[in-house]
Amino acid sequence: MQPNVNVVSLVSIGRHPQSGRSRRAEQDGRAVELGLSLVGEALTVVHVGEDQDPVLRQYAGMGLPSMTVLSQGKECDALPVLTSFLKAQLPSVVLTGVRSESGESSGMLPYLLAEALGWPLVPRVAEILHIKDGQAEVLLALPRGQRRSVQVTLPFIASVDNAAQEARQTAFGPGLRATLHVETVDSVVDDAAIQWEMSAAKPRPKRLKVVKAKTAADRMKAATAKPVGGGGKIMKNETPAEKAQAIFDLLLEEKVVR
Amino acid sequence: MIFDWLPPTLIGVLLVLAGIGAVRRINLWRAGQSEKVDILAGLMAMPKRYLHDLHHVVERDKYMSRTHVATGGGFVLAMVLVVFVHLFGVKSEILAWALLAALVIMFCGALFVAKRRLNPPSRLSKGPWMRLPKSLLTFSITFFVLTLPAAGILPEGFGGWLLTVVLSVLILMSLGEMLFGMTWGGPMKHAFAGALHLAFHRRPERFGGGRSTGLKPAVLGGDVHGVSKPTDFKWNQLLGFDACVQCGRCEAVCPAFAAGQPLNPKKLIQDMVVGFAGGTDEKYAGSPYPDGSGGVQDVGNAVGGKDQIITNGLINPDTLWSCTTCRACVEECPMMIEHVDAIVDMRRFLTLEKGDTPNKGAQVLENIIATDNPNGYSPASRTHWAADQNLNVMKEVKQADVLFWVSDGAFDMRSQRILRSFVTLLKAAKVDVAILGDEERDSGDVARRLGDDATFQSLAKRNLATMSQYRFNTIVTTDPHAFHCLKNEYGDFGSTALDGVEVLHHTTFLNRLIKEGRLQLDAFSGGKVTYHDPCYLGRYNGEYDAPRELLASLGIEVAEMERSGYRSRCCGGGGGVPITDIPGERRIADMRMEDVISTGAEMVAVGCQQCTAMLEGVVEPRPVVKDIAEILAGQLKEMH
Repeated sequence: MQPNVNVVSLVSIGRHPQSGRSRRAEQDGRAVELGLSLVGEALTVVHVGEDQDPVLRQYAGMGLPSMTVLSQGKECDALPVLTSFLKAQLPSVVLTGVRSESGESSGMLPYLLAEALGWPLVPRVAEILHIKDGQAEVLLALPRGQRRSVQVTLPFIASVDNAAQEARQTAFGPGLRATLHVETVDSVVDDAAIQWEMSAAKPRPKRLKVVKAKTAADRMKAATAKPVGGGGKIMKNETPAEKAQAIFDLLLEEKVVR
Repeated sequence: MIFDWLPPTLIGVLLVLAGIGAVRRINLWRAGQSEKVDILAGLMAMPKRYLHDLHHVVERDKYMSRTHVATGGGFVLAMVLVVFVHLFGVKSEILAWALLAALVIMFCGALFVAKRRLNPPSRLSKGPWMRLPKSLLTFSITFFVLTLPAAGILPEGFGGWLLTVVLSVLILMSLGEMLFGMTWGGPMKHAFAGALHLAFHRRPERFGGGRSTGLKPAVLGGDVHGVSKPTDFKWNQLLGFDACVQCGRCEAVCPAFAAGQPLNPKKLIQDMVVGFAGGTDEKYAGSPYPDGSGGVQDVGNAVGGKDQIITNGLINPDTLWSCTTCRACVEECPMMIEHVDAIVDMRRFLTLEKGDTPNKGAQVLENIIATDNPNGYSPASRTHWAADQNLNVMKEVKQADVLFWVSDGAFDMRSQRILRSFVTLLKAAKVDVAILGDEERDSGDVARRLGDDATFQSLAKRNLATMSQYRFNTIVTTDPHAFHCLKNEYGDFGSTALDGVEVLHHTTFLNRLIKEGRLQLDAFSGGKVTYHDPCYLGRYNGEYDAPRELLASLGIEVAEMERSGYRSRCCGGGGGVPITDIPGERRIADMRMEDVISTGAEMVAVGCQQCTAMLEGVVEPRPVVKDIAEILAGQLKEMH
């Protein structure tokens, strides 16, 4: 526990995949859990949206004495409100889920926030090992249970992966008694989003799974082996300019930039 | 005579001390939460409750009931007469002779108490309880000798001062136990607290042959939910704990204790006493809690105080989560103590306040909240099981004679076989039936037993609101747990949806159909059959006959297990226990299957999908497990 670090977890209203009902979002719950394990009750948990939503009590039931709600309607954009809130608060660490379970669910919020604040973004965090001297050692979640340890300078934004510690059980009583600090904010209506028409997603046709492996050993290998990139190239001794050029060429080739 | 004043003084002093102890003890109970009790009516009803209801339970052990009548009855009579003859000095030979007679009766009873204590069964507590028969015998002998002069058998002043002094010492010893011990925490405490417990019982409906098994709703929205410290119990619950006579009948029937899980109902109640009276459990002289791996936990380390959180040092939460809520202990308790209420009260604190439901508990509760079923299936798939059943759905027909409450068995393929069999029978009997379809929700049973009364109440209210839109005369369900909730627990939420509606278990309903001649069945010829009473059907709702009558109607002579009817052993599936899954030495379902096998039956008939799942989970070879609906559907005469 490092109570002297200012940590903020951002939470949204989740949506149960089976019932479609509001719930504590899976990844946001993990963001709160990670925040609680870092700084305990000193954690600030922020929600942008309606302050009456009962799901907020589910987050509070994880043992939060209070929560901050930046109150605005569903049609408003969360980004400007959060940016100004964080600029005023200046926390060291901001934790979010990778993507929300409702709304646009684009997963862009942490990136846009990082851009607006000019902070580094650490995507898909599994664990924050320790925070010391303005530096944090963070474990990133990679596919197949692999982890990568990175050093990042405070302040930073991290999105929390499903590999992080599962959110603890929510308790009814503390959730009910927690204080909600409701702040009225200058909301900006998301003009683009209100034009959109939402409709239920149709299940995409699934590609047939052709099992190529002939033996159990092959299947085991296929399930556990590291993916071997075919066209990859490791550049270690080149100059930074050469490395940047290689990246730029790749982006051109993949038509990411034109 | 120089010491003549001594015996009456001793009696008087001990009476006063007992009075002081009584006030002190009553104040310990009064530290609990207030609960409305009709004090006067309770006290008036107490003798009948004692002589009829309590005696009815004690009588299951004939030896003990006779012993207790003689000892207890003799003592109460003798004590009253002692006050008149020896304290007030009433000169009456009739009274003295009556006192002698009472003492003889008591002496005979005490001899049998002493005999039981020669080689006591393990369920009995030892320690101070081993001293009790000696005190009883000393009391009867001492006062017998003391009364002889008053009855005119011996001359006044017989034996001189020496006898008086000897008798005085014996009075101090025996009457100390009987009066002082009664209110200051000795074994005789059970008489004092027990009598008041009967008078102020929290479930007075249980007396006079009634039944009260539904849990009381938790008050939501306060500073604490459930019971965190002893003073959070109702005052009459604390009184109830104090009434325990440590006979260990609960221990003998507890499935969790037998499975070596860390629960012993008797120890639990004694720990509750330690809790509100303060101190440690070092004086406890009965069987300890098992440790879950074949041994026992140490006694003497549990520390309690009336304002101390119970699960911090007095009771390990695993003890509370081991209970299957089968109510065997409550059924067996001669003092009519409510163990299950207390356990669920404390579970409520762990779940609603601590957010600490073990193992799959948190996940199951979250699923119930988000999808209205414990496994997180889509609520829109609730009626998939009935795709080929052509059943009416209430949303379309609005009314029917019978509402079939399907329960969460709808999601489980094994339970679906029971549901389909029952539908087959309903159709054969041409019953006007409808289901709620996707509008049905979990009954809330599991959430409530896991301590989440907030979720239970929310489910109950929403289910009631749904049902209030439709008209029906009867609800029938194949799930005894849902049956219990609907029948006994949904009434607390101020809805009129179930007014005038009869809630029935499917065995009761089918039995009526057969008696009305609406089902034609062939005789069964599949070998020996035994029947397992589900706790929530039998002990919770008193339905022991309908399933047996149904089996009899097929020509089946049930080979009863030793533990059947009100003494049926739990399958291990109740109370959310398969979810919290506290380790034990053995599985409860295995022990129940051993009971089944010992009857030599080839099939065990059940009336509960949970019992079916638990018993079928026992490794083969074992007898076949079938719900009664399945057996009946198999014997249905083909109509042409």
